Amino acid sequence: MERTTLDMWVGIFVVAGIAALVMLAMKVGNLGTYNMSDTYEVYANFTNIGGLKPKASIRSAGVLVGRVKEISLNTETYEAKVVMSIDKRYQFPKDTFASILTSGLLGEQYIGLMPGGDSEMLKSGEQIKKTQSAMVLEDLIGKFLYSKAAEPAPNK
Amino acid sequence: MSVASAIRGIGHRVVNAVWRIGVAARFFFLTLVYSGPSFRRFHLTIKELFFTGVMSLIIIVVAGLFVGMVLGLQGYETLKRYGSESALGVMVALGLVRELGPVMAALLFASRAGSAMTAEIGLMKATEQISAMEMMAVNPIARIIAPRFWAGVISMPLLAALFSAVGVFGGYFVGVVQIGVDEGSFWSQMQAAVDFREDILNGVIKSLVFGTVVTVISLFEGFDAPPTAEGVSGATTRTVVTSSLAILMLDFVLTAIMFRGS
Repeated sequence: MERTTLDMWVGIFVVAGIAALVMLAMKVGNLGTYNMSDTYEVYANFTNIGGLKPKASIRSAGVLVGRVKEISLNTETYEAKVVMSIDKRYQFPKDTFASILTSGLLGEQYIGLMPGGDSEMLKSGEQIKKTQSAMVLEDLIGKFLYSKAAEPAPNK
Repeated sequence: MSVASAIRGIGHRVVNAVWRIGVAARFFFLTLVYSGPSFRRFHLTIKELFFTGVMSLIIIVVAGLFVGMVLGLQGYETLKRYGSESALGVMVALGLVRELGPVMAALLFASRAGSAMTAEIGLMKATEQISAMEMMAVNPIARIIAPRFWAGVISMPLLAALFSAVGVFGGYFVGVVQIGVDEGSFWSQMQAAVDFREDILNGVIKSLVFGTVVTVISLFEGFDAPPTAEGVSGATTRTVVTSSLAILMLDFVLTAIMFRGS
């Protein structure tokens, strides 16, 4: 089969298009940044998750260690059950403290993990018992007003 | 009298439009049925890929670069008000990958390659090349239409990906190199926000749909054009108008399906 310059141009075109797709996947998308194929799952119950969403990041000391996999409501305790998948490279002690934090003033919410001092590590499927719920602005304002009202009036 | 004829005119137009949609659907089906030869004799498709894909490269790359640059500039001006210039990368990348890449590439493709296809096939019909083929027992749909159809479907996602990639670099050039947004946060926030399956693959699916629709419209308008100079010119105009509207409407539908609730 004879080769023509036309074939070469079409080849260049296809290669450029595929290169653009790969570049989008690697440099723009999240395919090249971290490979979290090896993960283990733990869960935690929160009384209020605020605006936490699936795929929100899980950070420890600011380092991304995992993602929120699934959020559901436990109808027995009416608490939110958050399933987290965490990178296998990072092991956490059993008494790790999980709290829902906000990045920046109005930023996205994420779960912060604060490791405790236990010598045993969390295994797949286990529960993080110590949790702190998200701060809800309305609750905060309510508490503030309540404490203000409880204060004795300044003497005149 | 004139009222009656006006109503009759409207009815005639509606019936005609529905009729044409039916014929176009049959035409699309026939194209799929007779697309065997365009893969067995792949050089036919290669030739069309050259005309639809390679020849559109320059307009796609230049347009992508400038759209990315405008996004970078406008995005910076808006985000600066909220003190979140570091999210510029997210804005540019998501805007391009989800919407502007597939849509703008498809619009450019419709006016660059689609109109050329319509004019070419319309002229083939006007100069009776298509009836000559039928006379020689060559199926014109298998020989002329199907290779062009597959070339359009193959080249559209590649062009859209190129558009997005070049656009991201345009945004990078304006945002980071010219204005001085932090390079690290530009890329890292972008990578944290853009999901491969959710954003990039959905963009590719969009461009595949647009490629199919635009190519079918262009080929059908050409094949259905009245074999006169006037007919061909009218068909070319209709190609650009119909495919642009189809792209924008389908984009809304696809966006509603793909990106809701995420």
